[in-house]
Amino acid sequence: MAEPSAAREVVSVVERGAAPRPGARIRVGALAVSVLRYVVLLVVVAIVVVPVAYAVLGGFRDAPQLAADPVGLPDPWVWTNYTDSLTSASFWMQLRNSGIVAGLSTVVVVLFSALAAFVLARREFPGRELAYTVFTLGLLFPATVAILPLLILVRDLGLLDNPLGLALPEAAFGLPLTIIILRPFFRSVPKELEDAAAIDGCGSLGFFFRILLPLSRPALVTVAVLAIVSSWNQFLLPLVMLSDADNWTLPLGVTNFSTQYTTDTARILAYTTLALIPALAFYLVAERQLVGGLTAGSVKG
Amino acid sequence: MATAVGSRSRSGRNLRTWGAAGLFMLPALGLYALFVLFPIVQAARYSLFDWNGLEPLDQFVGLANFERALTDPTFLGAVNHNAVIVVLTLAIQIPIAIGLALMLNRRFRGRAILRLIFFAPYVIAEVITAIVWSLLLQPDGLTEHFLTAIGLGGVYAPWLADPDTVLLALFFVITWKYFGFHMILLLAGLQGIPREVEEAAAIDGASRWQGIRHVTLPLLGPTIRVSVFLSIIGSLQLFDLVWVTTRGGPVNASNTMAVYMFDRGFVRFQFGYGSAVAVILFLMCFVVALAYQRWVMRRDMEGATTYG
Repeated sequence: MAEPSAAREVVSVVERGAAPRPGARIRVGALAVSVLRYVVLLVVVAIVVVPVAYAVLGGFRDAPQLAADPVGLPDPWVWTNYTDSLTSASFWMQLRNSGIVAGLSTVVVVLFSALAAFVLARREFPGRELAYTVFTLGLLFPATVAILPLLILVRDLGLLDNPLGLALPEAAFGLPLTIIILRPFFRSVPKELEDAAAIDGCGSLGFFFRILLPLSRPALVTVAVLAIVSSWNQFLLPLVMLSDADNWTLPLGVTNFSTQYTTDTARILAYTTLALIPALAFYLVAERQLVGGLTAGSVKG
Repeated sequence: MATAVGSRSRSGRNLRTWGAAGLFMLPALGLYALFVLFPIVQAARYSLFDWNGLEPLDQFVGLANFERALTDPTFLGAVNHNAVIVVLTLAIQIPIAIGLALMLNRRFRGRAILRLIFFAPYVIAEVITAIVWSLLLQPDGLTEHFLTAIGLGGVYAPWLADPDTVLLALFFVITWKYFGFHMILLLAGLQGIPREVEEAAAIDGASRWQGIRHVTLPLLGPTIRVSVFLSIIGSLQLFDLVWVTTRGGPVNASNTMAVYMFDRGFVRFQFGYGSAVAVILFLMCFVVALAYQRWVMRRDMEGATTYG
């Protein structure tokens, strides 16, 4: 997608650079650097895009086509790989399961983090910084480290094969990052607003829900986007917590599909592509929030 | 009047809010204690037992599980593989990300779309990345055909199936997925550096390279340190990608600590022993993090925590 405009830019650089003018040696040097930059960038674009394009297009071929020439375009275009997956109950079930888990864990982590970040940002009480530090320490241990006892815990809670058994641990492990992003944002809301609200009879809870949260919508959207993406891609937790295929999320379904049809690469590619589309579509819509969230601190730092 | 209200409400906030603050933090603290802190304590406890996860927890073995792990060549190999990934990431992936961030830190047409493309692999699940790259790298796959087509057919080997190259191949895939994330972080860091500083260096006669070397990179230091930190922690906990592509094979050549732990715990039902491995992994992350923050990130802690 980038090639046309990038190529145009190379051409325009070449035209500008080629115009005879004094100090031509510097221009030639700058031109070489420019061209080199575009070459490097285009190579990187190719390395990033080709695997995705291969998966999408490969899904439109069949096994003999792929065996004969893995590089070519579909000829003829085969739709059955996609239509088979799209008409299979399991794909939609996995899509729904992934959606439910992501939705639950996002609501929990954003609401709980916002409540905690509010007092951590705007109230003074003994032990506040200690509480904050304990939360930030959580960044160091993702669910991987605690996965064995987590299974025992979730089993004892009776939440195996239950969306909550995934959503609650995911939300818990998402708290640190969410609180870290929300706290400075909440802190930057002027004190005067809170004083004015207090004068108008607004208590802490009223200020939180009616003023702070609406004012912080960009930050809330950002942390929600981060939570959705991380839940959507989570693999280890569902791998451990779910045994019934009816409860599988997409990452589990895709891995299972790929081991089940090892010989039919085209089918795997079609299924993988379908699993990939929601994430990429979501990324295209929410790119700004996602990148903004991950880099929010850098401006302040 | 206004000051009276202000001071009253301020002191009120200080005194009355212990209870209120606790109430606001209760849901998050409860969830965090139950699903994050408690399991870590439990892992430490299980690690002292010989336990299959089902029977009563009564076979106390002391530190035998730790002794077993630290003398098991397979586990030590896994530690070594994690270390290799860390070193490769720092030596290759981060410099690539810095280079690309520098290239994208100037206005030109197509910049926004390049950023969009480079960051995209970060949102693709590791599982999907693993499946697609396994297919791309397998014999008679796209990679082999491409290399043959450009006359480098002899270079190709089934890298993922060869114990000598499997780590490098996995590292390549890891870089594919994560370079964009680091590039985006670094790009944000670069945009926080005032143009004036670089312009001043140029006016003082610094070449572009000197400017980057002596002005831009030092100012980018805090962001680079955050990137490095996240890479180390991420590399130590590598699981999904390895599990789906190789399961730690061939012959344990790509085993990582997390894969080893999963295999011992969930495949062979050695919960006590798996927990000991988890505790070791946890301690390594913890020590690395503390040491790094103590010695390297000292001055930019505030910034570091806000990056996440």
